[in-house]
Order: sequence, then structure tokens, then C-alpha cells
Amino acid sequence: MNLRSPRSQAVGLGSAKHGFSHWWWQRVTAVALIPLCLWFVCAVLSLMGHGYDAATAWLSSPINATFMVTFVLAMLYHAQTGLQTVIEDYVHTKWVNLTMLLIVKFASVVMAVLATISVLKVALGG
Amino acid sequence: MAEFTLPKNSKIKPGKHFSAPEGATNVRTFSIYRWSPDDDQNPHVDTYDIDMDNCGPMVLDALIKIKNEVDPSLTFRRSCREGICGSCAMNIDGTNTLACTKSIDECADGKKDVKVYPLPHMSVVKDLVPDMTHFYAQYASVEPWLKTKTPVSQSAERLQSKEDREKLDGLYECILCACCSTSCPSYWWNSDKYLGPAILLQSYRWLADSRDEAKGERLDALEDPFKLYRCHTIMNCTNTCPKGLNPGKAIGEIKKMIAERAL
Repeated sequence: MNLRSPRSQAVGLGSAKHGFSHWWWQRVTAVALIPLCLWFVCAVLSLMGHGYDAATAWLSSPINATFMVTFVLAMLYHAQTGLQTVIEDYVHTKWVNLTMLLIVKFASVVMAVLATISVLKVALGG
Repeated sequence: MAEFTLPKNSKIKPGKHFSAPEGATNVRTFSIYRWSPDDDQNPHVDTYDIDMDNCGPMVLDALIKIKNEVDPSLTFRRSCREGICGSCAMNIDGTNTLACTKSIDECADGKKDVKVYPLPHMSVVKDLVPDMTHFYAQYASVEPWLKTKTPVSQSAERLQSKEDREKLDGLYECILCACCSTSCPSYWWNSDKYLGPAILLQSYRWLADSRDEAKGERLDALEDPFKLYRCHTIMNCTNTCPKGLNPGKAIGEIKKMIAERAL
């Protein structure tokens, strides 16, 4: 039997006193991804049909390597915040919720580090 | 885990049919959700053929006619019958609105059945009456009254400029009918923690009040991944509001205030 008052249930454990940062960075990365996505699509189109050597030579330029790392990191951060929102919205079984959030965070970090090292390896002459 | 179908005892079945009196030529059918806690029956949809030549123009007129003349067991809330009390909020023709201000002619292009259901995703007390306990408790939790620290003598008033008073237009008109909150998918899935559009608009009514001196505390209490940030600007709230208000914008203004103090 639940004898908690309606007010007690409505208040719950109170405010977490955060949430702005998540909301803000989701929007910052969204704005950053507008030019970065355009740049990435243009780059892929211009490199099509030019072969592996041309692609690695292109990625060796410091500017292209910088944009590529920035693009991947912004995209992964944005994807991670978005997936977190979806999981919080729909997955209400606590252990499933936590497991999925951890998988998303870990996978994002692994992909971010892997992508950064890969770009650096090409850019710095691996 | 996830539930993809209604539980067995919640599946909606066809119910009774009540024909119009003989000789009626202008007939509309009302399909109304019925459920009673007093028997073990599933919810069902009863259909009532109503003679529109002897009925008022609004859906509430038809409901009152049914209760008075056809089926006294039909249960619904109503009071002012002019869109100011918010009691008769329900789902009519697929949209949350007030039965008293919804014209029957506007429903289903004036032709097919008028479907009348309780507000979505709320516990039903009986028929068209939803349980508003949690909604009202959430309203109380935002402490919807003027909070001040500056003392004012009992004979004086707390002054407000005309310009500042105008900032409350579009907020003070909210009648807490819950049409918006119960149209919001985020509120459907997370109403245990998410405050929902109605309560957030009411909260912003005090945040926007130039006389209130507790803005920081109010924003602290709202800044939470669930209480405020479950709003994903779906905008069902603004589309459905029978008073023509914009809860989506009010929530956006709260987010802007939080951004303003953080950046």
C-alpha cells in the first residue's frame, strides 16, 4: 500500500540542479555540425574516384586533419547526448536504463579515441 | 519492461447503442468511452443517437442531454459551461479540448460519429473523469504564489508597471484544464517526474512576474533533466490548448532564463 502524499510523490527527490549543460552542448554541437557536415560531404565528393593515396595525402594536411577530428568529436558528442535523451525518455527499467547509458558513453569514447588516433596516424605519417 | 498492448482488462469493447427518438431527422451519433470501477467489465464505447434539432450546439450540451434524457449513469465533470473553469476537458474527435467550447458541427467534418474519450494517459476514475491528483500535486510543487522578501505595509500595494503587467498576458489565462499536459508524449512517458506544459507555463507565470523575488529558487527547482528538460518542443501542447495559449513558448522562456544566468 502506498501512503505517500500526492505532494511527496510529485516532488520526488527534488531537482537534480543540472540539465542546462546537457541541453546547451547538444545545441552547440548541432550548430557546429552544420558547417562541419557540409565540409565533410564536399570533401568526400571531391575525393571520390581519386584513390587511397590521394585520400591520405588530403588528410595529411593539418587543416583537413583538424576539421576531420573536430567533425568526428562533435558528431559523437551530439549522438551521445541525443541517444541519452532517447534512453531516458523510453527505458524505464532502471538497470536496463543504466546499462544502455553506459554502453552509449563507453562506445562513444572508444570511437572518439579510435577516430582521433587514426586521423593523427595518417596526418603525422603512419 | 515495454508494454506493446493494453492489459486484458483494459481492452476497449463495443458497448450499448441508444437510438434517437422516432421522427428525429437531424441525428448525430456520439461514441462515448465508458468505464466503471463498480463492476468487473472492460471499458467499452456506448453509442448514442441524438436528435440535433433538440440539442444545444456544443459537445457539452449533448453530454448533458444524454445524462438528463437518455442515460443518467454517464459520468463527466462540468461546471461553468463557458470555457473558464476547465472541468470538462476531454478528448473529443481525437483532440484534447473543452466540451463546452467545442462545437458539434466542427467534429468529424459535421458528419460521422463524434468520439468522446477521457484525457489520454490518465487514470480513469469513471467514464470521462480522469484522476487529477498528481497533476494538482505537481502544480502545488511549483509554489504558485507571489514570493517576496521586501516588506510592504499592509495598506500599500506591490506596484507593477503596465509594461511588466503585459508580460503576464498569455500566462494568467491558463485554467489548468490539463489538455496540454495530457497531449504531450513526454508527459505520457515520464509524468512521474516531468512537470508537463501546464505546470511549466504556470511556473513561468511567476518567473515572469516583475514583483516576484524568488526567481533564483524557482529556476533551481526547475533545472532538472526530467522536471523541465523532458520538453522536446513537440508542440502538441500549443496545438491543443483550448484557450489559445502557448505553453511551448513559456517552457522555451524558462530554458532561456536558465541559459541567461549560466552564460
